[in-house]
Amino acid sequence: MRFTFDGRPMTGEPGDTLAAALLRNGVRVVGRSVDLGRPRGIFTAGPEEPNALVRVGADPMLAATTVELHDGLEAHSLRGKGRVDLDAVDERRCDKGYLHCDVLVVGGGPAGLAATLAAGRSGARVILVDDQPRLGGDLLNSRLLLDGAPALDWVAGLDLPARVLTRTTAVGYYDHNYVVAVERRARGERLWHIRARRVVLATGAHERSLAFPGNDRPGVMLAASARAYANRYGVRAGRRAVVFACADSGYEAARDLVAAGVDVLAVVDPRPSGLPADVEVLAGQVVTGTTADEEGVLTGVQVGVRHFDADLLAVAGGWNPAVHLFSQSGGRTRFDEELAAFVPGTSAQAERSAGACRGLYATREAIADGYAAGAEAAGRTVPDLRVPECDERISRRPAALWLVERAPGSEPAFADLHRDVAVADLAMATATGMRSVEHVKRYTTAGTGADQGKTSGAVVVGVMSALLGAAPGQVGTTTFRPPYTPVSFATLAGRDRGALSDPVRTTALHDAHVALGAVFEDVGQWKRPRYFPRDGEDMEAAVRRECHAARTAVAAMDASTLGKIDIRGADAGEFLDRVYTNMYSTLAVGACRYGVMCGADGMVFDDGTTTRLADDHYLTTTTTGNAAPVLDWLEEWRQTEWPDLDVSLVSVTDHWATVAVVGPRAREVIAVVAPEAVELAFMRYASVPVLGVAGRVFRISFSGELAYEVNVPWRYGRALWEAVLELGVVPYGTETMHVLRAEKGFAIVGQETDGTVTPQDLGMGWIVSKRKPDFVGRRSHSRPDTARPDRKRLVGLLADDPEALVEEGAQLTAAGVAPMLGHVTSSYHSAALDRTFSLALARNVTPGDRLTAVSGDMRQPVTVVEPVFYDPDNTRRDGDPLPEARVAYRGDCRAESPAAAFADRFEAVSTPRVRLREVPFVSMWEVRGTDPGTGLRLGPDWWLVSGDVPPRPGWVDVSGQRTVLELAGPAAYDVLITGCPIDLDPSVFPGHAQTLLARTSVILERLPPETYRIYVRSSFAKYLAEWLIDALEAS
Amino acid sequence: MLLIDCPHCGPRDENEFHYGGQAGIACPTGDVTDEQWAAYVFMRDNPKGWFHERWFHVHGCRTWFTVERHTVTHEIRKP
Ligand SMILES: [Zn+2]
Repeated sequence: MRFTFDGRPMTGEPGDTLAAALLRNGVRVVGRSVDLGRPRGIFTAGPEEPNALVRVGADPMLAATTVELHDGLEAHSLRGKGRVDLDAVDERRCDKGYLHCDVLVVGGGPAGLAATLAAGRSGARVILVDDQPRLGGDLLNSRLLLDGAPALDWVAGLDLPARVLTRTTAVGYYDHNYVVAVERRARGERLWHIRARRVVLATGAHERSLAFPGNDRPGVMLAASARAYANRYGVRAGRRAVVFACADSGYEAARDLVAAGVDVLAVVDPRPSGLPADVEVLAGQVVTGTTADEEGVLTGVQVGVRHFDADLLAVAGGWNPAVHLFSQSGGRTRFDEELAAFVPGTSAQAERSAGACRGLYATREAIADGYAAGAEAAGRTVPDLRVPECDERISRRPAALWLVERAPGSEPAFADLHRDVAVADLAMATATGMRSVEHVKRYTTAGTGADQGKTSGAVVVGVMSALLGAAPGQVGTTTFRPPYTPVSFATLAGRDRGALSDPVRTTALHDAHVALGAVFEDVGQWKRPRYFPRDGEDMEAAVRRECHAARTAVAAMDASTLGKIDIRGADAGEFLDRVYTNMYSTLAVGACRYGVMCGADGMVFDDGTTTRLADDHYLTTTTTGNAAPVLDWLEEWRQTEWPDLDVSLVSVTDHWATVAVVGPRAREVIAVVAPEAVELAFMRYASVPVLGVAGRVFRISFSGELAYEVNVPWRYGRALWEAVLELGVVPYGTETMHVLRAEKGFAIVGQETDGTVTPQDLGMGWIVSKRKPDFVGRRSHSRPDTARPDRKRLVGLLADDPEALVEEGAQLTAAGVAPMLGHVTSSYHSAALDRTFSLALARNVTPGDRLTAVSGDMRQPVTVVEPVFYDPDNTRRDGDPLPEARVAYRGDCRAESPAAAFADRFEAVSTPRVRLREVPFVSMWEVRGTDPGTGLRLGPDWWLVSGDVPPRPGWVDVSGQRTVLELAGPAAYDVLITGCPIDLDPSVFPGHAQTLLARTSVILERLPPETYRIYVRSSFAKYLAEWLIDALEAS
Repeated sequence: MLLIDCPHCGPRDENEFHYGGQAGIACPTGDVTDEQWAAYVFMRDNPKGWFHERWFHVHGCRTWFTVERHTVTHEIRKP
């Protein structure tokens, strides 16, 4: 395999990591340290690497010890810090996946494999994740024999009853056994979200170094890593080696290095006695320094007075159980004196550590512990699990040595190689009085590097304990936080980027708006046309033209985004009386009334119109942004405070497409599209044919002009809009709507209000009933603070300069100096007034007062006026009479399903493994209260009935509310688990569920064996269609 | 990501729910003093330990229900 390092061509072997391949090519210096710029070499063979950090393509910083070599790989060295290559093209397609299991095993070494076997054989659903391309853990690096054969033969002979994910690193352990893991796949990483009933951590141990002078030279390497390069990759990390063995694993490394042809000069063992070995053993001694050539590369090892010409110093400082995930789970570690290491103490979750990660380093011990942990996690013991024989020697207690005293003038002794933190830095920290390891970490930055202190953490604690004269257990560790290894932002984002970065809602009219060249704005998740520019108009010109049309002729807006709630039941009127400030139980059938809803704190929460469709049937509209919060709020009061009321709430926001027809000549349009509604009186409603289909027309005005809100089921929305525009009606957007309403002094919830404004503050005391015994928020209106006279109130403002647009948010002052009297909430150019105007909230002001609006460097003299700027006597609301008889619309009313435009693309991405299509025009009803005996049960007293069924009284037609997309085929499940967090395994999934898919609310129905129907809100259908197409392309 | 046991749907991820604050806060009726009313509107317990709280299964069955959660360990038990 060919690759380059800093532009130099090299070759490696299949199975090499980049680090192994660099060593194979004799590369000693792989980068410079972050702070001091010292040359550094490969130090480890795993994710704990502090030195060998490289840039590969768009990845600014990866550990060369974790990068799998591939042909053509181009790697660049770093100076400790990542560098983003702005020219790099990131072609990865990362995504997410959700998995559920009885037992999750983390780590595929001896303990993890044994746990998987024991748990899986007992019938539990098991997932095994391991970060290496092959299972085996440390067995991959060793020459141990199990039952007399190479250990990997034992691994290969295991028939693992589990879903096995290799190349998968568990990086985070969160509440309620939620483990996040990164799988490195050819096309890009997948971020797995795994919910496990129980977790077995078999994460192994990391070898540690110790602080001695010159311990950072290229050529100084952890002993087990040198052994791994020799055994697993057939690479000698040096020719002449000294082994510094604080633990007996150093002897095993020495033996394996000799076997690999390395000339091992000596084993230096600080303990009083050494082990028998084929090489010289210097017991009771330590490495006191190193020498280097002019490039800083190791040339020799000093042991007291002895000097060894060596190019490899293999350091076996002892072992640290990898307690990272255990600690992230909330478990508390304790210091084990015998092992001289922190080990898992008290668990906080349904979790158990097994093998080396709890200090059981011997292979047979780890396997036995794995069997026990697997059986315990599955809740059942399986017979016939045998621990294989092993030729391993029993290890003695390691030397609890952290630090070798440094002679004056010698090289620094490093504790943290990545952060360039030396013993002297730690000594400075403790000398200034720091005692907490957390303080020392922040002061010195030890442990904050890309490796998060995996090789340095124990050294820092050990050095601090020596400096402070305290036991390591008293010093304690810093907090282990996710992620265990660095995770790129691309991985975290997955497919949630670009057009899919956030769910988007569109109306039935959306494609028509796009065709008209609308400029959109985001309102919550909705895309709403802000204005419709013509012939290169800017916004101001377009809005002026649109306003002029609405005030002098007729204009139309897509009002489909307003929330619509169908409210039914004998107590529906009573319910509305309690949640709105005004009365609804007395409203006549067929009449509409505007209402304001307050929170319990008495502040305006939402507003809208409510229409009485029948005695026990109302339709309430909400603001666009508040549709979901209002429905949730009503549901809260219905369920938790007034369960005795007979009332039910059904969202029909997406069922209806709404076109507001506005202007003195609006009647001419209604005469064509809904002739039976032409005589409708102000604030009245009619259920009439619209373009020949069953629709609803409301005479409601938010502009002061004659206006109708014309509703048809979603599928006819586009036909209605196009029919209206064909009559010469001018389309307008939200900006014009805002100007028209502000000219009339109508407040917008969320613009004039901010959660601290009462209806009285808005000058709407008239809408707060004095007759009703109670409503939500009523008592708050007589609280001292809400009742005080000097509250900010809604006023109008006119700037002295009629061309000057006072900035929204500008502060109002008496003469440009404090105190602030209020702020500007809305500011527009008005075509009707031929000047600018503003709305504001201000205290202690009356019309005629002179104020100064202050914003940044701007000082604008303004005069306070009444907040109604246009037609204060409401003379315009009935518009012009119909000039002549009109001919009703005779075209056909074309139905269009929400995902109709996707049919070809669905077809194109479908494969024999997974097919995607829309099931159009499905009739659907929501049923509340009594079990209809058919359909999908959605809640305790809530059903969705669909298909060719005769509807019964009380069923709410929601055929347009949801769109049905169908995913079928053997790979449908694999697509769904990339966006649906619930357990879809056929053994668990009940057949249907309401949940999330791609961050949208859906009903998911499984038609066995492998077809899934997705019922999604129609406004999300386009977004979900794009998401599914993207998922199919990626699968 | 907490796992919350909906009485209708079973255990689901936390992000399917809306948090509803302390459970068992009754809306006072009749004549109440300003202080009593302010206590209802603004004041909630904030214990370190077990806490009765409401959750709303907004992306599922839309049921309001109460759970008992330990505010330190996030352990959840049915009240
Ligand atoms: Zn539920």
